[in-house]
Amino acid sequence: MEFCQMTAHRLGELLRRKEITSKEITRSVFDRIEKVEDRIHSYITLLPDLALKQAAEADARIQKGEAEPLTGIPVAIKDLICTQGIRTTCGSHILDNFVPTYDATVTVRLKKAGAVFVGKTNMDEFAMGSSTENSHFGPTRNPWDLERIPGGSSGGSAAAVAAGECILSLGSDTGGSIRQPAACCGIVGLKPTYGRVSRYGLVAFASSLDQIGPFAKDVEDAALMLNAISGYEPRDSTSVNLPVPDYTKFLINDIRGMVLGVPREAFGEGIDPEVEATVREAIRTLEKLGAKMVDVSLPHSEYAVAVYYIIAPAEASSNLARYDGVKYGFRARGAYDLLEMYKETRSQGFGSEVKRRIMLGTYALSAGYYDAYYRKASQVRTLIGRDFEKAFAQCDALILPTAPTPAFKLGEKVDDPLQMYLSDIYTIPCNLAGLPGLSLPCGFAKSGLPIGLQVLGNHFQEEKILRVADAYERNTDHHLRKPNL
Amino acid sequence: MEYEPVIGLEVHAQMLTRSKIFCACSTAFGGDPNTHACPVCTGQPGSLPVLNQKVVEYTIRAALATHGAIAPYSLFARKNYFYPDLPKGYQISQYELPLSSAGFVDIQVDEDKKRIGIIRIHMEEDAGKLMHDLSTERGAHSYVDFNRTGVPLIEIVSAPEMHTPEEAAAYLRKLRSILMFLDICDGNMEEGSFRCDANISLRPKGQKTLGVKTELKNMNSFRNVQRALDYEIRRQTALLDQGERILQETRLWDAARGVTSSMRGKEEAHDYRYFPDPDLVPIVVDPEWIAAIKAGLPELPDTKKERFIREYGIPEYDAEVLTSSKPLANYYEACLQVYAKPKIVSNWIMSELLRELKRDEREIEEGPVPAQNLAEMLKLIDEGLISGKIAKSVFEEMYRTGKKAEEVVKEKGWVQVTDTSAIEKSIEEILAKNPKEVEEYKKGKEKLFGFFVGQVMKATQGKANPQLVNELLKKNLMVS
Repeated sequence: MEFCQMTAHRLGELLRRKEITSKEITRSVFDRIEKVEDRIHSYITLLPDLALKQAAEADARIQKGEAEPLTGIPVAIKDLICTQGIRTTCGSHILDNFVPTYDATVTVRLKKAGAVFVGKTNMDEFAMGSSTENSHFGPTRNPWDLERIPGGSSGGSAAAVAAGECILSLGSDTGGSIRQPAACCGIVGLKPTYGRVSRYGLVAFASSLDQIGPFAKDVEDAALMLNAISGYEPRDSTSVNLPVPDYTKFLINDIRGMVLGVPREAFGEGIDPEVEATVREAIRTLEKLGAKMVDVSLPHSEYAVAVYYIIAPAEASSNLARYDGVKYGFRARGAYDLLEMYKETRSQGFGSEVKRRIMLGTYALSAGYYDAYYRKASQVRTLIGRDFEKAFAQCDALILPTAPTPAFKLGEKVDDPLQMYLSDIYTIPCNLAGLPGLSLPCGFAKSGLPIGLQVLGNHFQEEKILRVADAYERNTDHHLRKPNL
Repeated sequence: MEYEPVIGLEVHAQMLTRSKIFCACSTAFGGDPNTHACPVCTGQPGSLPVLNQKVVEYTIRAALATHGAIAPYSLFARKNYFYPDLPKGYQISQYELPLSSAGFVDIQVDEDKKRIGIIRIHMEEDAGKLMHDLSTERGAHSYVDFNRTGVPLIEIVSAPEMHTPEEAAAYLRKLRSILMFLDICDGNMEEGSFRCDANISLRPKGQKTLGVKTELKNMNSFRNVQRALDYEIRRQTALLDQGERILQETRLWDAARGVTSSMRGKEEAHDYRYFPDPDLVPIVVDPEWIAAIKAGLPELPDTKKERFIREYGIPEYDAEVLTSSKPLANYYEACLQVYAKPKIVSNWIMSELLRELKRDEREIEEGPVPAQNLAEMLKLIDEGLISGKIAKSVFEEMYRTGKKAEEVVKEKGWVQVTDTSAIEKSIEEILAKNPKEVEEYKKGKEKLFGFFVGQVMKATQGKANPQLVNELLKKNLMVS
């Protein structure tokens, strides 16, 4: 197997045993990119020079015996995580010339860990979308079927891992933007608890929902990445000061006695029969492995999509106000006054989905509508959280599909925002409640497209969902299948 | 018809913290443009605010000093609007749940005492500063200086309970003095660290419901607040008398022309789309912390005034003036440490010192006569070294040069003559020179006594001890 197809934990062993070098891994990754990137388009910016320099530094560090688990491992970073001196576009025209003056906290942590930066990955503009079609830089394609979307918004990060264009990557998840693309691309994706990973330097879409998390080829790799990026950081007031365990310690291939809840609402209207059958089969597998399955109910989750499409756009309408052409990024030329500069800059700089959400959010916060929309949505959000509280009083984790269908075709839903929004029907409630969630491959449709299994945990109980996912993974082989490129 | 003005004031006070409200940048005034700026206060993508605890402490101080309640749970909110000096496109402020509410301050206008309610006190960040350069060859340019963005402010909103411009001015003076006593605001109106907007409406006397209000902005001194309110009362009265309606609008005060003019109407008013800021967590204040802050509060103007009346036996008016600012009150008490005659000290400060300061538009801290020097000069009067009359000249000289009283007296030769023989010699000469007047005095024209005193004082260049002159003159006139 080529290095680029291997896991970080396996490569880490080989590096520490000095059987291979980070330079070799990095070259393998860039060779792979050379071969497949023009078909997949995972990246907005590639960093071959920086990567080779970092690889050399990592090799020196490994030689000195100072390696950490991610030292020398090529990683890709979603292009809304700030990287000092490296263009960070958010997939938008309005930031296509934006070079941050500072590193995001996760960037700093990855640098300290000795990771090698392959590049910045493609995404739906400002993380708004479920298909990566809303990128100013063109869509990313699904490595399993180039006619299909890789999911979104972190489609570039997911496709890069699935296609061997990096070993690990970072995405962000506001309503499913890590888990849904992980499902579409047949890999592992984890959204940590809100507050587990610092958001400092993550360009905000919806601040109360956004969270950075890893994409990986298996559960152990996801745990390694989570170890590296988690932890309290005073520059993010919403990051939580709780100790970070070594998550790999919980990967014990044993879920006997764990209680897993299956929400009654998990197989609702609109679910693809193949997805339902595959997920039900996965539930039987978990039961065979010794978990106790219980029925739970999340009665308010039917309102989750509606609530999300008030709260997220409301926050976004405010978060995106700073892109006004004054300080950085794109500025429309030729405006005759301030108001026209604002209007032209924002009309030309933002894509249509972003503009749609800014308008939705502006409306929801407007005088006379606030109570009916934003306030009401916040109240229902609280109820959704309480549903989960009740459910987790009865079980250790919840099992449900990640997405209602496998990856759909490019262009299929791009003109039908409501259908597009429903792609996230199973992932959104977790964000509204601030819970950790993970998606891992649990089978394939007849078409050969991967299907994702979603495991949700209670706040700051990532170790439980990792334990469940790891046990499932060790007793199945879906994660071993690779797309044929 | 007779109308009653109803006035409410919104004060923005800059907090004297060293760093900004949501980042570690300096709050120092006057740095080169954009030298006190970082990713947070320039609204860089991905940056996040972190609350400066000192700002909460200072706000609690202000709230406690104005008898406000501290909310156990309060929130920051975003106030959304576009302007180039607002880098995030929103100002972080407080809206639905402010840190404090329901306070008051007591004011006095002439003999009338009044209590003015404070609806709320909340924290917020200041915006940046725009600079317009119309002269460049490339055409006009505008620049943004972000040094001021994120400087902490508190907004203090009064109840609409003032009815005259004088009451409004008294409220502002009192509030400013309280904030300065607390050491949380420097009170500088010109530099904008204490700013005020006014809401004013008129209603027919006796009516309960409020009339349509206008909001007045751009008044950078107490005097201008009063002038603007005066103008607005006249303007609104004239409109109402003509049967016209008042438009709800924001009006700008033009101090040079002495008028207010419309800035924007109700239709153009912003919809700020306030909502809780998701980047900041709720502020939950520990009651023990509040208690500790309360215990550490300094003596405030009202309490100090009462104490001055009680302890020093000075009139209420004196006490009111002396406690109107903390440096002045401190100055007064520092004088008393050296010279313990409260009313005499009070007289000198209120008549001589404050007059000089007012003329030069200087603050007491900038004054060249330290409390110690004034007190020592007063001692010299008691010791008979200088006369009370000469002392005024001595004081003026001290104020002009910054020198101590003794130095001035020595340099100018203003030591009072208490040498009996010298005075007697002078009297003898005067009486010898004016036999006619002596004759007339003796015949009963006693008014001439003053003439002789004047002549003696003139001959001694005013330095003779007046009491001695009186005694000796009487003696000599009887004899001769």
